[in-house]
Amino acid sequence: MSLLIVNGRVLDPANGVDGVQDVLVIDGRIAKLGKALETPAGTETVDAGGKVLCPGLIDMHVHLREPGHEYKETVASGTRAAAAGGFTAVCCMANTFPVNDNRAVTDYILARARVEGVVRVYPIGAVTRNLEGTQLAEMAEQAEAGCVAFSDDGKCVMNAGLYRRAMEYALPFGTPIISHAEDGHLAHGGAMNEGIVSTELGLDGQPGASEEVMVARDIVLAELTGAHLHIAHISTAGAVRMVREAKARGVRVTAEVTPHHLLLTDEAVRSYDPNTKMAPPLRAKRDVEALIEALADGTIDCIATDHAPQALSDKEDEFAEAANGVVGLETAVPLLLDRLVRPGILDLATLVTRLSVAPARLLNLPGGSLAPGAHADITVLDLEQPWTVNPARFRSRSRNTPFAGFEGHGAPWMTIVGGAPVTP
Amino acid sequence: MGWKRKDLLSMQDIDAAEITEVLDTAESMKEIATREIKKVPTLRGKTVVNLFFESSTRTRTSFEIAGKWLSADVINFSASGSSAEKGESLLDTAKNIEAMSPDVVVVRHKAAGAPALLARHLRCSVVNAGDGAHEHPTQALLDLLTIREKKGHLEGLNVSIVGDVTHSRVARSNIHAMKKMGITVTVAGPPTLIPPACQELGVKVSHRPEEAIAHADVIMMLRLQHERMTGGFIPSIREYSRVWGLSLARLQRCRPDVLIMHPGPVNRGVELAPEVADGRYSVILDQVANGVAVRMAVLYLLTGSKAA
Repeated sequence: MSLLIVNGRVLDPANGVDGVQDVLVIDGRIAKLGKALETPAGTETVDAGGKVLCPGLIDMHVHLREPGHEYKETVASGTRAAAAGGFTAVCCMANTFPVNDNRAVTDYILARARVEGVVRVYPIGAVTRNLEGTQLAEMAEQAEAGCVAFSDDGKCVMNAGLYRRAMEYALPFGTPIISHAEDGHLAHGGAMNEGIVSTELGLDGQPGASEEVMVARDIVLAELTGAHLHIAHISTAGAVRMVREAKARGVRVTAEVTPHHLLLTDEAVRSYDPNTKMAPPLRAKRDVEALIEALADGTIDCIATDHAPQALSDKEDEFAEAANGVVGLETAVPLLLDRLVRPGILDLATLVTRLSVAPARLLNLPGGSLAPGAHADITVLDLEQPWTVNPARFRSRSRNTPFAGFEGHGAPWMTIVGGAPVTP
Repeated sequence: MGWKRKDLLSMQDIDAAEITEVLDTAESMKEIATREIKKVPTLRGKTVVNLFFESSTRTRTSFEIAGKWLSADVINFSASGSSAEKGESLLDTAKNIEAMSPDVVVVRHKAAGAPALLARHLRCSVVNAGDGAHEHPTQALLDLLTIREKKGHLEGLNVSIVGDVTHSRVARSNIHAMKKMGITVTVAGPPTLIPPACQELGVKVSHRPEEAIAHADVIMMLRLQHERMTGGFIPSIREYSRVWGLSLARLQRCRPDVLIMHPGPVNRGVELAPEVADGRYSVILDQVANGVAVRMAVLYLLTGSKAA
């Protein structure tokens, strides 16, 4: 089976490629790049004139909700949402029901992905049993079963002694430990960022410090253990500063940021719309500025959506009672192209690095490259495509986005996984 | 002048002219309380639903009397606990009530933003009767009416709001309303009970009781909830009372024409010494009486003035 994509601009930052070339895909792998390529008989041709071909985008932080919360999302619906959003692979967090803290659940997720997934699925295992923060999960077996990282995401392991052991225990697997950095005592159930807006709205706020004290702790633990620490959904200027400083000292720390933390501030909460509620909360303008700067200079390695589907019944509630989380798979790429790349805040090659090259590297995944021999996971972008965010048309089972009605230009045009275009 | 709003949700999004309109209307309503037969037909055929998700005696009764004196049919709906505990969402409850065609829904809820959520979804008028630590607009209006009556004006006055500002919707509504009326507002309390970035609301912040009350024309003492102690905001009620309570001795150092206000219910001996609460500077019961007039004005402006 072969596919020839002609006339597209090939943007492959890992290999220093940026130019109009044709790409020949044979049997699920990149066979050749160039002009006037010889093709085997029966090769299908796609004309990507005016479009950009980049290595398949990887969202290293999503919640597929299966098993257990299939009314919010399933492997089938979540991977379709991913494909529609231009992602060829997703990493799914462990806070399912039951929790992905043992091999049986990992196997189940991977089986669902084989049967009905349309993009690659890489599970992330729990650090502690049932995310309770008291006893290590069976990480060795989970790593063997295919978990690519470990995280109690959604919860913070408050016991520093146990977290240190987790970092040590995971060393032989070469998998990062991903931290949801949130000190529960400081956050104290706060429903939004602490500041003038929380004061005006009369909502309990959580200070940026509740994230920063845990980022500080985890950096110290990473230094102690030599583990690869990855900070999930970094959201404050202070946390960014500490990651930058730790990297300069040679600590193995990486970080991701979400599109919503890059594009919105706590001002969006003024509507009391629960679709602006997530953990960590939307922060202040100075935080957003620090995040964008850190994304550009590489302090923040990647962009991940923290796609967190919630049913209407979990969201349409009093703000303080409503569930945390927003969906992101289908809005991330269009928003980033329009709000960051189009105005020149971030160049396209850097965006592709943050969405593909970096996550592949730091999780040791195939991908992030269009070199001959690589998996033919390709995202094709149309930088001029006009769009309006319409939650009713999401492939995701959930609609909880703060971006409904947003408009812009630039969107994924085709998502190719293993050499085959995906129809989401 | 013409009242255009469908809802009264906060003092933050209301302007000075609207505040004056409510106060002037309330003043004209006060005369009704002095009549032998306290009833006018203004809102006959209108239905007011008091939707109280949090217990309240004073505010609910005040709205009920206000509605009844204006001849509206007033229905009280009390639901304790959060909507989640009942298994019915707030919106479902509200939509059920709307199906009965009320003209005004008066909402008290422990969650900030709950009245705003209802206002977005209901066709009838929504009045915020207190939502979490967000706002309590009719309280601010009755406070302004009381101050204006006693002082003759609002502009140029100094008001100190003392106590647990962090958790106070009364403080927030008053800060917004008073700023708009040209009042200089000082908030005072231990730093743990002053909300983050409070200065950005345009108020002075003081952590010294003597300094906060010395030049005030009006001192508004806030109620201290006992759970602030277990929440780690203060070490003990005893210490709070000693440092922040308004005693008779401390009152001696205030202006001779100072007004002492309190949104109620008073914790006697905690934030206010009994002899201060009942003393000649106290206008606490005037506030309660003015509450009915202000709520009559609000109900009238939201419904009656349109029909008239």
